[in-house]
Amino acid sequence: MTHVYWMEAKSEFLKLLRMRTYSISTVMFPLMFYCFFGLAMGREQQPGASMPMARYLLATYGAFAVVGATLYAFGVGVAVERGLGWLQLKRASPMPPAAYFLAKAAVSLTFGAVVVALLFALGALFGGVQMPAEQWLALGGTLVVGAIPFCALGLAIGNFAGPNSAPATVNMIYMPLAFCAGLWIPLEFLPGALKLIAPFLPTYHFAQIALGMLHAPTQGTTMGHVEALAAFTIIFAGIAWLGNSREGEKMYG
Amino acid sequence: MPVAELKRATKRYGAIEALRGIDLKIERGELLALLGPNGAGKTTAVRILLGLAKADSGTATVFGYAPASQEAKLRRGALLQVAKVPETLRVREHIELFSSYYSNPLPFAETIAAAGLNGIENRLFGDLSGGQKQRVLFALALCGNPGLLFLDEPTVGLDVAARRALWGHIRTFVARGGSVLLTTHYLDEADALANRVAVINRGRIIAEGTPAEIKARTAQTGLEDAFLELMKEEAA
Repeated sequence: MTHVYWMEAKSEFLKLLRMRTYSISTVMFPLMFYCFFGLAMGREQQPGASMPMARYLLATYGAFAVVGATLYAFGVGVAVERGLGWLQLKRASPMPPAAYFLAKAAVSLTFGAVVVALLFALGALFGGVQMPAEQWLALGGTLVVGAIPFCALGLAIGNFAGPNSAPATVNMIYMPLAFCAGLWIPLEFLPGALKLIAPFLPTYHFAQIALGMLHAPTQGTTMGHVEALAAFTIIFAGIAWLGNSREGEKMYG
Repeated sequence: MPVAELKRATKRYGAIEALRGIDLKIERGELLALLGPNGAGKTTAVRILLGLAKADSGTATVFGYAPASQEAKLRRGALLQVAKVPETLRVREHIELFSSYYSNPLPFAETIAAAGLNGIENRLFGDLSGGQKQRVLFALALCGNPGLLFLDEPTVGLDVAARRALWGHIRTFVARGGSVLLTTHYLDEADALANRVAVINRGRIIAEGTPAEIKARTAQTGLEDAFLELMKEEAA
């Protein structure tokens, strides 16, 4: 039976890899942003900053990349496949229902890991970022595993959004979540009002955990951020479940 | 035991009664065509037998099992009115994926032959013509080696040659002892393929029999005219 899970993940991976809008935007955007803000402008340590931008932004653009890979794979993927009727055909088939979800999660994490690895390479080669191997691994591992709450958020979006509006819906959620949590520009450079909103965003807690791995000064404790993300995961999964049960009672001729 | 059966099945969506107590039986080796105007309840009946919707009352079974059970799922295949399956997978990848869901799938080469996909196994789904796409969907319904196929408007939008080709593949499946529930708006299709026809309107079965019996009942020579006659009687 494990064969089914492997086949489902392989198909999902090939499907997304060949979908240029997905593979290019999830890989290229974070790398490009990191080049602008982390490398071009941030090699030197800013006065008052705790560390060079190239180092700091490795954590936050890593989080940005992983969240994007996940939200697009789930949010847009599920909405489109639901719209096509593809999901119904799978539901009527003997596919274990978890296979669909697990395949998307595994593939989102894989794409996330690839982008994170490329970001690390940029940071190490051109940003002058140096760390012991175990710290690279700890940061990388944190970033990849941190995708899990966003699988649930993506599923919630995918279960509610229409197939055509899904990419726009994902962007409307993804971009503010990234900006307001300090993923693009460090929180301390954001206006005061945004700093107050940040703790209510899952991306903020994710970024704080990742920054902790760099020994950057963070707010709160790692455990507290993990608990907050667990709570967000439960809420998003609940919303996703509501969207899913709504689907069953739609009217068809 | 019938291959699939609905007994006094009812289904209501808000104020709309989609099914008002339907009895439907598909026997082994038979192709039953379910005909009816849009909104008559065809799709609802199919969705209940596929386990995608639940009847409010009455019973539904597939090979004696609940339609949503794994036992039922393993024994049936479906071609739904899916516009598309993901376009960036190859025909081969789609079929191998779907085959992996079943415990006793057809060998890949047999599925390809049974759906007429020889020579296009390695093409991306998005690059296929309408007829080829429909045959891939047929292959996905067939690849698990099911005893029962649900074909929901299988030839919509196909040209004559593609349509006839798909008919040929459906006939072969039935000739080998498979059963089919076909819903279609093309009455010549029902006439050409069906052993038995059930006409559904406003959530009720209003006529049932062989295509010849339906025609005889309404004193019409074509199934299409017979169908229109039945609808007129209903309205009166």
